[in-house]
Amino acid sequence: MKRKDSSIRQLTYCQAINEALVQLLERHRNIFIMGLGVDDCGRIFGSTRGLSERFGKKRAFEIPISENAVTGVAIGASLCGMRPIMTHQRMDFMFYAFDQIINHAAKWHYMFGGQFPVPITIRTIIGRGWGQGAQHSQSLHSLFAHIPGLKVVMPSTPYDVKGLLISSVLDDNPVIFIEHRRLYDEKGAVPEEFYSIPLGKARIVKKGRDITIVANSQMVREAEKGAKELLKSGIDAEVIDLRTIRPLDEDLIFNSVKKTGRLIVADTGWRNCGIASEVSSSVAESVFEYLKAPILRITFADTPTPTSAALEKTFYPDSEDIVYVAKRLILGKKIKRKKKERAILDEQFKGPF
Amino acid sequence: MDKIISKTHISLLLSMLKTRMVEEKIVELYPEQEMRCPTHLYIGQEAVSAGVCQNLKKRDYVFSSYRSHGAYIAKGGSIKGLFAELYGKKTGCSKGKGGSMHIISKEVNFMGTSALVGGVIPIAAGTALASSMKREKRVSVVFFGDGACEEGVFQETLNFAALKKLPVVFICENNFYATNSHQLTRQAVDNIYKRSEIYNIPGFKVDGNNVLDVFKLSKRAVENARNGKGPSLIECRTYRWLEHVGPYFDYDLGYRSKAELDKWIKRCPLTTYEGVLLEKGVIRRSALDKMKEKLRREIEDAVSFAKKSPFPSVKDTHKDVYEKKR
Ligand SMILES: Cc1ncc(C[n+]2csc(CCOP(=O)(O)OP(=O)(O)O)c2C)c(N)n1
Ligand SMILES: [Mg+2]
Repeated sequence: MKRKDSSIRQLTYCQAINEALVQLLERHRNIFIMGLGVDDCGRIFGSTRGLSERFGKKRAFEIPISENAVTGVAIGASLCGMRPIMTHQRMDFMFYAFDQIINHAAKWHYMFGGQFPVPITIRTIIGRGWGQGAQHSQSLHSLFAHIPGLKVVMPSTPYDVKGLLISSVLDDNPVIFIEHRRLYDEKGAVPEEFYSIPLGKARIVKKGRDITIVANSQMVREAEKGAKELLKSGIDAEVIDLRTIRPLDEDLIFNSVKKTGRLIVADTGWRNCGIASEVSSSVAESVFEYLKAPILRITFADTPTPTSAALEKTFYPDSEDIVYVAKRLILGKKIKRKKKERAILDEQFKGPF
Repeated sequence: MDKIISKTHISLLLSMLKTRMVEEKIVELYPEQEMRCPTHLYIGQEAVSAGVCQNLKKRDYVFSSYRSHGAYIAKGGSIKGLFAELYGKKTGCSKGKGGSMHIISKEVNFMGTSALVGGVIPIAAGTALASSMKREKRVSVVFFGDGACEEGVFQETLNFAALKKLPVVFICENNFYATNSHQLTRQAVDNIYKRSEIYNIPGFKVDGNNVLDVFKLSKRAVENARNGKGPSLIECRTYRWLEHVGPYFDYDLGYRSKAELDKWIKRCPLTTYEGVLLEKGVIRRSALDKMKEKLRREIEDAVSFAKKSPFPSVKDTHKDVYEKKR
């Protein structure tokens, strides 16, 4: 499937999710979707719009607020050949289901010698800003990526979100599919066809010579902005969108670092034991001799998420941080830093989520 | 009027009125987009927290959910601290770290709130366990919604509390909706108050819009807990007037009707109670007006205090991740 055809339609990230779901439910009788908000008037920020009307309330339905039990139900259904999709409006809510996800879904195939695959997909949403606070904003993708038996997907564009959701649902393993609320209204070219993007393949967003910036989810957007800004200082950055954080596309990253000799990893999560650390250590292990500078990670501040707009500024990293770090690596240490003034993405977003 | 003394009536009224007026102020100011945090309003449910907390002493523990302004105020939390928290200020009750969903008032043992449905239910059993281990006569009360009864942790906690005969009172505020879903689209049977029976925990159902009924019923439950007779469950049936989160009405969304809302507004817990007290002569109109005027000034003060207060500084972001040895 060729990307970038200017004649194709523009859809928002949210519409692309919706289209993937429609096409999946149309094609496969054994796919169904359940979760809080799937069939209420909000429809998970619009992403499940029209599903119950079109496919019936047996295949697109609300659940009780019982995340752990319902995840177990999804696993059970998958053992009988169904392909359940579960949804969570915020990732924080699915932590009630850690037990079923980690102890059961991730293990059932291996623990019984490969007899039962568990083809479930868990859609979940992360966010940024607007006072969501400590229990409504966490992005623990790295924690899931720590677990053998799970796959973890973090799409950043409308094109990717459709193709990756289709692959995730058709994959025979449990997939944690992580959407970003801030990307929901972003538009991009999305073909009408039913297409899939292989899990475990990263994407070069922008080619460059001087430094590699590896990012995921919404941080890809910050990396793109940062790369544009860096061009003004004559720094040509290569931006890589991980797309899937488990499995990780090491080859693509290694090849880029071999070329640029420098690496920044920008993540939508915390630093400690996070995916940024994983990417950094893989590079250090495998292509160390190509590195001209230390690897740097750009992540959340090492604290729970504060609520005050004044604190969110310092909590969330953005393109300014990327530019600063890249300049420091390339132009030497003595870069002056402006204080960040604006609050997070003040401009368009009118809360609450 | 029955055996309830007029001081109690006035105190119940004041608690409800204060909660209502604080939230009406939030409704007025929220569209300015300066309170930058998800805010779940309680308008319509005031009789529950007022009625229950009237039976508590300062030393008793209270927990609530993200919809907790009512319980916070009824337990005696400062409204300056509340408004400052909504504005994300350093002077907020959680120093700007929490927002509306995470308010606390340690001075009055309002112990905190959770944005996870059902999150605080077992924690309240934990404070009750500590009280019973330390042989203190403190009662723990936890407020939670109808939706929270769907989490496994609700049943698990009931069993534990029964097993250890803990001094805890479970208050379910059944407002019939969880976000945009009706209770009966999520629960097979409408019988929350019965769900403790199997553990021999007494369960009761009460009109949650009748503050005196709530007060009297929870009085027994609190006394039982205090006297070593173990936990109780009370289902208070009430109604949230506004949208799940935010300051607006939401009957236009289609999940519930304007007629249904109007029916409940007619049964407003506050105006009904005001009417009763005026009629029985417990309070005079002029005294009621004075009470409202005083509250209005207190609220204005709290808002201007909050608006004038400083934001936390960058350094504060990294403060309080861990307790430091003192
Ligand atoms: C564990 C968990 N799941 C889902 C949510 C999303 N959520 C927030 S409030 C809510 C509804 C809860 O309803 P109820 O318990 O009746 O309380 P109410 O909002 O009516 O006060 C839901 C589903 C959450 N916060 N936590
Ligand atoms: Mg409810």
